[in-house]
Amino acid sequence: MTVSDRWLLPDGVDELLPPGARVVEQLRRRLLDNIFNWGYELITPPMIEYIESLLTGTGNDLDLQTFKVTDQLSGRLMGVRADITPQAARIDAHCLQHQGVTRLCYADAVLHTRPAHLLTNRCPIQIGCELFGESSLSADVEVISLMLDTLKLAGLEKVHVDLAHVGIYRGLISKAGLTADSERAVFDALRRKSIPELDELLSDESANADVTRMLREMANAAGGIDAIMNIKSIVAGASQEVLNAVDQLEHICTQLQQRYPNIQLGFDFCELRGYNYHTGLVFSAYYPGFGQAVAQGGRYNSIGTEFGSDRPATGFSADLKILASLVSPNGVELPKGILAPCDDDPSLWSAISSLRETERVVQLLSCKDESDASLPDSSVEFECDRQLVKENDGWVVKARV
Amino acid sequence: MGETLTIALSKGRILKETLPLIAAAGIEPLEDISKSRKLIFDTTDSRVKLIIIRATDVPTYVQYGGADMGVTGKDVLMEHGADGLYEPLDLKIAKCRLMTAAKKEAEPVTGRLKVATKFVNLAKAYYARQGIQADIIKLYGAMELAPILGLADEIVDIVDTGNTLKANGLEARELIHTISTRLVVNRASMKMKHDHIQSIIDLLAKAVA
Repeated sequence: MTVSDRWLLPDGVDELLPPGARVVEQLRRRLLDNIFNWGYELITPPMIEYIESLLTGTGNDLDLQTFKVTDQLSGRLMGVRADITPQAARIDAHCLQHQGVTRLCYADAVLHTRPAHLLTNRCPIQIGCELFGESSLSADVEVISLMLDTLKLAGLEKVHVDLAHVGIYRGLISKAGLTADSERAVFDALRRKSIPELDELLSDESANADVTRMLREMANAAGGIDAIMNIKSIVAGASQEVLNAVDQLEHICTQLQQRYPNIQLGFDFCELRGYNYHTGLVFSAYYPGFGQAVAQGGRYNSIGTEFGSDRPATGFSADLKILASLVSPNGVELPKGILAPCDDDPSLWSAISSLRETERVVQLLSCKDESDASLPDSSVEFECDRQLVKENDGWVVKARV
Repeated sequence: MGETLTIALSKGRILKETLPLIAAAGIEPLEDISKSRKLIFDTTDSRVKLIIIRATDVPTYVQYGGADMGVTGKDVLMEHGADGLYEPLDLKIAKCRLMTAAKKEAEPVTGRLKVATKFVNLAKAYYARQGIQADIIKLYGAMELAPILGLADEIVDIVDTGNTLKANGLEARELIHTISTRLVVNRASMKMKHDHIQSIIDLLAKAVA
């Protein structure tokens, strides 16, 4: 290994340096404080746990995303969490065991074996909220509202919210009369909105023609608010499960419009992200100029069954690093500090101590000629826009020249 | 709204056949693409820009959201993987076939099959489906040389007329997939710029039909 290789980090693994780390941390505190005000309690689950609890009910995608190591104490397989949601579900179902509603939130690092998409890396900081124990739509509306509030606080106001419901596809495909192989192919083609492939796959004569027509038209029915009217006419006559799903979407849309009259709302009836574990409404928020969702979530009832308690659940999460990068690529304006001279005067020490209760004070460590700008103590000095100056018998803060 | 739309087009043969289609959707480059060294072109629709790149780069640009829409071959989409992309329309141009080929009257291979191709993922999946264990050798061009020089037993490549194969003493064997050019759309763009993108898709669909 050459010296030039030694400092390299693995692909897709990054670190936060000043001032970016401070921007992310301040954002984290601001967002968590706000989420706390909504009644959500903070949890800090472990970075690593046994694979069985980490991957319960989450499907193949998360399995591939999870780094695995063998526990040298027990010989069992452990995973480094790739998603905190299942940990929150475990904590709710097993550790807390509340009967009523539980609201949990978190903001911690996760690790992915591969970047989730091209615009992120392998070590996001996942911030999110989960609401357990309430199956009514008011829980979904609360979680989406909190997501919007969180994004707004992070400085992302003009977001587009995309709503979908896995019940529509689930209800249709179960009545389509397709073979398991064709079902898989239809699922894949729908995710990619590949109309040509759908046409081919759904032309199977043994399938239920009504249902295949609905599936095909559904792929084209995405769009703004009026799309809900379209989907209603498309699935008229479908099973009750499908109709309920559409009703739920409409209800949530109305609620959100009342709360956020200026929000851009859209529907995509073949959004099948997380189809393995989502059970109802799924939603995501998009921000202009960013090619992926900035926050997303949905309902995942019954994940807790595996931990001994069947609980309805919904929640959302986002990558704090992405949020911070979208606010301002060059970092937010951070407050500047006060530069204190190198002086053993006890009165200087007490002046610094009292200032530090609210301000950032950087004291020079060596008594170089402080007027010599070519000899900075360190780069930190430049983050100071004021300085402590001795006047008469006291120390006063003055603008730095 | 003052939103602009960027469409990534594939260079070369696909481009020639794509331009008339997008012209039917009211989008024509303001200058002759073939005579310019520029990579970004303004169009007759002030809200639409074109970028001209290699077909294999189109999915990457569209996935990143660097381009909202793109035009590329189904071969590229299948090889690259189309995660995070929508492919709503078959433009039915630049049609060809993805096939296996080998030397004429070649002896059947015993043991492991060696296959030269630039479609590594597609070839691996195809031979696995056939129940054949194959070693795939990645090449970037002139696949036909590989069987002649003994580098590989078979090749997997795009076949149009089959003349190149014939000229090099090879013959096409099995059809893996028919290929045509597809329109791809970034997921986030499809949601945020839905009306604009859908209107272009509708016009293109009409032009194709």
